[in-house]
Amino acid sequence: MNHDVFEKNSINLLVGILIVVAIGGLVEIAPLYWLNSTIEKVKGMRPYTPLELAGRDIYIREGCYNCHSQMIRSLKDEVERYGHYSLAAESMYDHPFQWGSKRTGPDLARVGGKYSDSWHVEHMKNPRAVVPESIMPGYPFLSAKLDYSSIQGHLKTNRTVGVPYTDEMIASAEADLEIQVNPDADGLEAFAKRYPKAQVRKFDQSSSDITELDALVAYLQMLGTLVDFTKFDATGPNLR
Amino acid sequence: MANSLALAGAAICAALGLVLIVATEDKVMAFHATLLLLSALIAGWAVIRRRDDADLRDQTKYFDGPIKVATIAAVFWGIAGFLVGDVIAWQLAFPVLNFDLPWTNFGRLRPLHTSAVIFAFGGNVLLATSFYCVQRTSRARLAGVWSPWFVVWGFQLFVVLAATGYLLGVTQGKEYAEPEWYVDIWLTIVWVAYLLVFLGTLMKRREPHIYVANWFFLAFIVTVAMLHLVNNMTLPVSWTGTRSYIIYSGVQDAMTQWWYGHNAVGFFLTAGFLGIMYYFIPKRVERPVYSYRLSIVHFWSLIFLYIWAGPHHLHYTALPDWAQTLGATFSIMLWMPSWGGMINGLMTLSGAWDRLRTDPVVRLLVVSVAFYGMSTFEGPLMSVKAVNSLSHYTDWTIGHVHSGALGWVGMVSFGAIYCLVPWLWNRKGMYSLKLIEWHFWIATIGILLYITSMWVGGIVQGLMWRAYDALGFLQYSFAETVEALHIPYLIRATGGLLFVIGSFIMAYNVWRTVRGDALVDEEDQPSSAAAPGLDTGPQPVAAE
Repeated sequence: MNHDVFEKNSINLLVGILIVVAIGGLVEIAPLYWLNSTIEKVKGMRPYTPLELAGRDIYIREGCYNCHSQMIRSLKDEVERYGHYSLAAESMYDHPFQWGSKRTGPDLARVGGKYSDSWHVEHMKNPRAVVPESIMPGYPFLSAKLDYSSIQGHLKTNRTVGVPYTDEMIASAEADLEIQVNPDADGLEAFAKRYPKAQVRKFDQSSSDITELDALVAYLQMLGTLVDFTKFDATGPNLR
Repeated sequence: MANSLALAGAAICAALGLVLIVATEDKVMAFHATLLLLSALIAGWAVIRRRDDADLRDQTKYFDGPIKVATIAAVFWGIAGFLVGDVIAWQLAFPVLNFDLPWTNFGRLRPLHTSAVIFAFGGNVLLATSFYCVQRTSRARLAGVWSPWFVVWGFQLFVVLAATGYLLGVTQGKEYAEPEWYVDIWLTIVWVAYLLVFLGTLMKRREPHIYVANWFFLAFIVTVAMLHLVNNMTLPVSWTGTRSYIIYSGVQDAMTQWWYGHNAVGFFLTAGFLGIMYYFIPKRVERPVYSYRLSIVHFWSLIFLYIWAGPHHLHYTALPDWAQTLGATFSIMLWMPSWGGMINGLMTLSGAWDRLRTDPVVRLLVVSVAFYGMSTFEGPLMSVKAVNSLSHYTDWTIGHVHSGALGWVGMVSFGAIYCLVPWLWNRKGMYSLKLIEWHFWIATIGILLYITSMWVGGIVQGLMWRAYDALGFLQYSFAETVEALHIPYLIRATGGLLFVIGSFIMAYNVWRTVRGDALVDEEDQPSSAAAPGLDTGPQPVAAE
């Protein structure tokens, strides 16, 4: 073919480029939306509680994804080190995904329940106090009061982009956040019903106001704990 | 007409800034709105002051003012970005250097480093070289009166908004796409203006053919626009707040992100810089591009194949296997156009190989192409699933990226800057060729220390993670693998320091050249001259 068609006409060149570069993305991304097998059917996934969501925002704000993955690959050593390989379903409510690309520190996909709250609190304050070899920065400033004045807006925005928060969840977002750090609160039962398996306690081990550390530890302690793997059939019908 | 349009734009931006300052409760948003307001006021003042400036509209001259700004900005942001990179490299060796403050922590500085080197340094190099090249090879002045200025200064504002945002904890949490929604919108406006200026200049051209470097520049501009728009589809929590949530989730977001992420490499750091290769190497060595046919094959196959390569960042993850396999296959195929391009660049020196000995700028350009060849071989290798199972998540990836970023992007940029500065400021050459020589060697040794230590470190890390003892248990705890990396991290940070020192030498050399100091080694200067001015030589007619 005579290349003059593109070489002598800037608009032809522009359109040619656009067509050529559009194909790959269309073929690789679009089917992920309509192939049913992309996201496994699992039991147990629910949206983040308001406190967990606030903790996740802090995780993102501090750039934790730069050093920690949340994606256990289907390799023998990884499954033995971190637990069951990660499922697509487990990040289906993650806007954005936090799979990460580098493990300067260990994977966190199933860190929930592996360490005590007080371990996390000490570790955040001074990582080398509990892991001498660690090169993680310290985060003593997370003892600051958590600003959750706009938490309702955060839930709403998440619902708009596809997370199934109910009207009830959005209406009680602020109260739910407070309930989760107070085991004696009224409305605990309703909260537990809205967010099954949600852990309720004062996560940062202090009697102070609700802190950023409360939110972050709440988020870390739930990571990877939702899906019920006794009911998950890995051999089930799929095209993965 | 141009003046009133520019003033209207400035007025709208100023008004928007003012409204946001009043309306927002978010401190960072208020700060950024203040920056927007101040920038708009300065821009408006500049337009009024130069409203009747005939130079701005002189169609017999090339439009080089914005190119000069972008060139200096590239040197400035380069040093800033390299320096932050080396600081965080030392942080990994000595964590106490994080100082446990929010704005000095690795987690916030690392995006600052990546954005500063890719977008601030690389972006300004691309703005400068593409605007320079498109005018000379089209024999036409840049389209627009104020728009080229807007593109260059608007891009600097984008850099400042993004960088200060990171330090203050404003991020989308997507790698290499960290700027939040309002900064994304600003970049989109700047980028569309960039595309229009570039395309407008091509349309004004008085050469029948669009030169090959411009194909690559155009592909880079258009594709980056597409990637940026699709990957940043976010919904703000509030129109006066900084935080937003991306509309994609989980696996779809991962695929979209790495489609974007790998092609930030493919189009920002490759196609654009190949445009530089196709203009500056032939120009500097005064030889035509080796093969016209190879250029065509190189161009179309490279842009077609690159866009598929993203899934190799997601091997063995929850991304469906079919997508992983597609990504790996296309990544391996990508090896061919990459090396085709490398051969086209290297063989352009046919008949001028002696220049490699006599001209350190040619050496920078050629070594950059050699690094390009090396990292585009390593890339397909690492996208093979079996190799990736070892390399992924380790520092091998970091080493790979830097052999491309420091070796290819860095060196080709330095070469282009050393060409551009004397051409733009009308000097006989750079102030000192000796200093270029020093820069070349210090940077090269720095890169070698960097990539070799990361190969060793990364492979050690990968092997330790999967090592089993005689009883069948995992042999090492994670903390032990961290400890094993201390020495590689020291060597890497030292290599990075050398690279930073090299960039300071460049800045000094550029400063002395721009100031107009007498050259220290005038007799050694190569003969290659700048393209002639627009008003000299035969005057062809419009081609399109």
